[in-house]
Amino acid sequence: MNLSTRHMLCLVVIASRFGADLSLTAADHWAFQPIIPATIPDVNEAEAWSHNPIDAFVLARLNAAGFSPAKMTDRTTLIRRVSLDLVGLPPTREERDEFLHETRPDAYERVIDRLLASPHYGERWARLWLDLCHYGDTDGHLTDQLRPFAWRYRDWVIQSLNENLPFDEFTLFQLAGDLISRRDEGEPIRDHDPVLGTGFLRQTLSNREGGADLEEYRVEQVVDRTSLVGTTWLGLTVGCARCHDHKYDPVTQAEFYQLYAFFDRAEEINLDAPLAAEREAYLKTRPEYERRRRDALAPFVEALEALQKQWEQKLLYAMGHPGEDHVWDRQWELLGLIWGGGLGEGQLEGTEIVKLPWLRRSPRQQDDLVDYFLERGSVTDEKQFTAARLGELRQQLVAIRKSLPQAVVTRAPVMRGSSSPRPTHVHERGDFRSRGQEVSPAPLGGFLSQQPGLPPAIADRKQGEWTRRDLAVWLMSPGNPLPARVTVNRMWQEFFGRGIVATSDDFGTRGARPSHPELLDWLASEYLQSGWNTKSIHRKLVSSACYCQSSLPRADLQRGDPDNRLLARQVSLRVSAEVVRDLTLATSGLLSTTLGGPGVYPLQDERVTKEAYGSNIWKTSHGDDRYRRSIYTFIQRTSPFAQSITFDAPSPARVCSRRDRSNTPLQALTLLNDPAFHELSRNFAEILLKPPGLTDRERVELAVEQGLLRQGSQDEIDRLVGFVEQHRTAAGNPINDESERGLWTDLASILMNLHEFIVRD
Amino acid sequence: MTPVSLPFHEHQRQELQRRCFLTQSTTGLGGIALASLLQRDGAASGHGGTSGHGGISPLATRQPHFTPRAKNVIFLFMAGAPSQLDLFDPKPEMRRLHQQPVPASFLQGLNDSLIKGSARVMASPRTFTRHGQCGMDFSDYLPHMATVADDLCMIRSLHTDTSNHDPAQLLMQCGVPRFGSPSMGSWITYGLGSESQELPGFVVLLSNNGPGDIAGTSLWDSAFLPAPYRGVTFRSQGDPILHLASPQGYTPRRQRDRIAAINDLNRLRLQSQPDPEITSRIEAYELAFRMQTSAPELLDFAQETPSTLAGYGIGKVESDTFARNCLLARRMVERGVRFVQLYHYTWDDHSDLNTKLKENCDKTDRPVATLIRDLKQRGMLDDTLIVWGGEFGRTPMNEVRRGNSPEKEGRDHHQDAFTMLLAGGGVRGGQVIGATDDLGFRPIKDPVHVNDLQATILHALGLNHEQLTFRHQGRDFRLTDVAGNVVLQVFE
Repeated sequence: MNLSTRHMLCLVVIASRFGADLSLTAADHWAFQPIIPATIPDVNEAEAWSHNPIDAFVLARLNAAGFSPAKMTDRTTLIRRVSLDLVGLPPTREERDEFLHETRPDAYERVIDRLLASPHYGERWARLWLDLCHYGDTDGHLTDQLRPFAWRYRDWVIQSLNENLPFDEFTLFQLAGDLISRRDEGEPIRDHDPVLGTGFLRQTLSNREGGADLEEYRVEQVVDRTSLVGTTWLGLTVGCARCHDHKYDPVTQAEFYQLYAFFDRAEEINLDAPLAAEREAYLKTRPEYERRRRDALAPFVEALEALQKQWEQKLLYAMGHPGEDHVWDRQWELLGLIWGGGLGEGQLEGTEIVKLPWLRRSPRQQDDLVDYFLERGSVTDEKQFTAARLGELRQQLVAIRKSLPQAVVTRAPVMRGSSSPRPTHVHERGDFRSRGQEVSPAPLGGFLSQQPGLPPAIADRKQGEWTRRDLAVWLMSPGNPLPARVTVNRMWQEFFGRGIVATSDDFGTRGARPSHPELLDWLASEYLQSGWNTKSIHRKLVSSACYCQSSLPRADLQRGDPDNRLLARQVSLRVSAEVVRDLTLATSGLLSTTLGGPGVYPLQDERVTKEAYGSNIWKTSHGDDRYRRSIYTFIQRTSPFAQSITFDAPSPARVCSRRDRSNTPLQALTLLNDPAFHELSRNFAEILLKPPGLTDRERVELAVEQGLLRQGSQDEIDRLVGFVEQHRTAAGNPINDESERGLWTDLASILMNLHEFIVRD
Repeated sequence: MTPVSLPFHEHQRQELQRRCFLTQSTTGLGGIALASLLQRDGAASGHGGTSGHGGISPLATRQPHFTPRAKNVIFLFMAGAPSQLDLFDPKPEMRRLHQQPVPASFLQGLNDSLIKGSARVMASPRTFTRHGQCGMDFSDYLPHMATVADDLCMIRSLHTDTSNHDPAQLLMQCGVPRFGSPSMGSWITYGLGSESQELPGFVVLLSNNGPGDIAGTSLWDSAFLPAPYRGVTFRSQGDPILHLASPQGYTPRRQRDRIAAINDLNRLRLQSQPDPEITSRIEAYELAFRMQTSAPELLDFAQETPSTLAGYGIGKVESDTFARNCLLARRMVERGVRFVQLYHYTWDDHSDLNTKLKENCDKTDRPVATLIRDLKQRGMLDDTLIVWGGEFGRTPMNEVRRGNSPEKEGRDHHQDAFTMLLAGGGVRGGQVIGATDDLGFRPIKDPVHVNDLQATILHALGLNHEQLTFRHQGRDFRLTDVAGNVVLQVFE
């Protein structure tokens, strides 16, 4: 072999291993090309097999490779599959029976309709969206304090998905809901207010550790938001361009900071957002509360204002002159670190209010700052503070708050435009202290071969900056091929175990190539044409013959297509961490179907939470809350729910577009021994023991039906009856209620430990 | 671009083919041959994810890049950051400057938000003496560690990038000061696999059950590396691994019968559905059962001699918890665990430094020294790299944030200079690397960044830190991010 052949071979090896377009420039990269609505292939046998055009695309590839699709799976498997995929819960036995006995030709479509209309649909699909924005119920970082209202965003996502909010609006509200909201200043937020969507941008971490540099961690948050937009909508690793131009994709460092600039001009704020049950009382008592507060303040106003202004001046001086007076350096730092701590409020809201002239502050901002000053401002001048009896005032205000509890309501974490916008600079080498050229907000995408049209608002405006609203409109404009491709690909990944583009988080030049490029584009254009109708795409996917295929491994594919890239069968997938638990809850009859609300604390060893910063505790829930769906499980960022982590739930500190599906002994130990699962097995046993007069064999058959939703084979039933007898012998006489309960608990637990149980076939 | 080492991939591909073949041809035999094959590989679990080592057991042992000096690591993480100036780095000049403002020359260009201009120099009240043939300095708070001076390599010129606990801890453990990167133990088990059949390859031991300055599970997270590389926490009290104990009241027989039935039913399923994941599940249950039966043996110190127990400081009120974990670390390494990460916290002495530092030294000094001596006596020290240290150092000045009274003084966080210790695993003992200026403010000789230390640890294990990479979101990530130079002097 001569040298140049060897060299060529080497290149081929590298290129195939990396799946990269080594020979192509960015402008040619497939993902940046316009979506071309592909012609549906004309395949001979398509008519017999196909349910919809998806199948024609799949079949064309299969035919070319000389494979035929797998047969339809059986109805029991199918209803379990589609239920787990769409709502994350198994069908009940009644639902299964109905499907098995339904003779109408649209039986399956009826199941799909029912599932898409179920409120549990949103619970299942919200979790995947929360993986992207790394949702959590605490701050993260060392102190990891509570964010008691984070769940308002989680519930907004569930609600939006259930209502099938078009994906372009879903996007718009999350990036710029504050700019869309028609709420008046000071008015409480209503349930459907678009501003709630901006909770997406509030999933960044807050560092409240003493000595943390306020600007450094604000910058980290803005970088995080920027990267989230890159991964979620563009499928690009834009975060790589933070320190230097992207090495592989056409994103310059300056472009990164242009995108960053959108979020650099936004700030965190929490707003009153009374729940339906709170609203009336709130509207009634709030004016009274404010009146009493004004009355209480009146006699103190002069002294208070004088001293507070002094305090603010000293703080502002310290901000501008760090290192001169450590007492005031510390006061400034504290204001930024502890403001709203434990309440999940925007950490820098206090410092932003202080920077605002008094006349520009809202009454609420002024009130909040007065409260903080009364708490911490005596350092300004202890003597005057005491002389003015400001401590007494503070107590009066606290008493008023206590006397009118209905005036203090559930809040919601949202974003709004900065009150004191700052210029954005490129950070040289990624260091926020090294300011490079100044940049204005602008979208990425000079690399797109066909430029998305400017949003009308921008086109009309001769001057003025791009806003977050413009960014959202630009992202979702038909000329931008990435969001549609990236989003339908993530859907595909959920229904088939792997995306058409396997690297669902990287559509850049180093990402995988699509296995079915025409199909991807057909789906993307359907999504666009449907007006970003998410449920309609989900319906298409689960209706396809491709989806309904058997998942059994096929010997004839081992050689030709071992990875099932051509989709000649469905695949068995270990269900996600949340579904493992929800499945077990549902099977054992304990699942609570209550929707929404603050995070709950299922049974967990209290040591798990103590292993992080020690002041946080796990307050195990009782009653209904112990058995809620896993999406409602409280997420402590520094020590997340251990059961979820064991089953590959992602860290709530980083974006995740595809989860691992590991198979480990720790999972076995959890399902076998975790007291939480044991409790469920015991309840399952109660179901088995309820019908009187059954033989052991009949009871075993019932258990298999309840657990696996199918009849057991002769061998399986024999083995389990053998277990029952073995257990009785080992337990010895006499047989009593407790030993029987133990026996059937074990039997229940055996079924819920089976590979088949935690897999969707 | 960093080349990906080919042999891993080729080996995996062949192994995968072998398994596919077996899966196809042995279904009638219930995958017995397959099970024994997995056993031989030390397989803990199959990996059904989209990344990682293909269908190969992720914990199967793998060859390093070059001949290693060490096989295992015990990382004694002193979270909260011990004061190097009161333990390892004597500064006589500070006596002269005691209570004086810090000379302006030291403060120039300072980025550290914690160092306040108004702070005053605080000379260490400790007495330093020289120990071992090498004459290494230790303060009077560490009489036991001083006795193994000739086995220790002391690096006085460590520096890091941040002076907040959790970012600095993340930098020390995961290579970058942010959440979302795999821990060192994950990288190493990814690179080398594990030799243990019954225990996880990467174990975390926490020596406190109470509050502490520790950033949580991200410190031992596998992040984008496959889940089997995640650190498994062993607790010093109660059930050591979460859910290792059978449900309350279960006899071993009852548990065994349950698992036997589960695996028999899984095998029946495998007959109709020859899916390698089912085989992996069966293996996982078998390994889970072995873990249940072998862990009590691991934790049972009855086989240790009374003098060993006493030597570690087990049974002494002050050192019991940490000593147990040190002994446990040795027993784990004996059983093939690749990476033991042992935490002691908290050394975060902002105030009352004298008292609190003494307490922490009393808890850890004897166990650490005994661990090193014990490993040496058993001929294990050559194979085992010991690392001792915290996430940063402490300031040469007193802490002013809290306005401590003179007798209650402490030191603040300091990122620019601190000391760490290495022993075993091919490290040349009895040497000091690096030096700091008269205040211990910054390194003046051979500065060693945290990423350099990490490159050095990997080097000891025969791993090239630039080649141990993992493709994630289109980029080849590594422990040392974009930095790291091996400090060869450690071994020479």
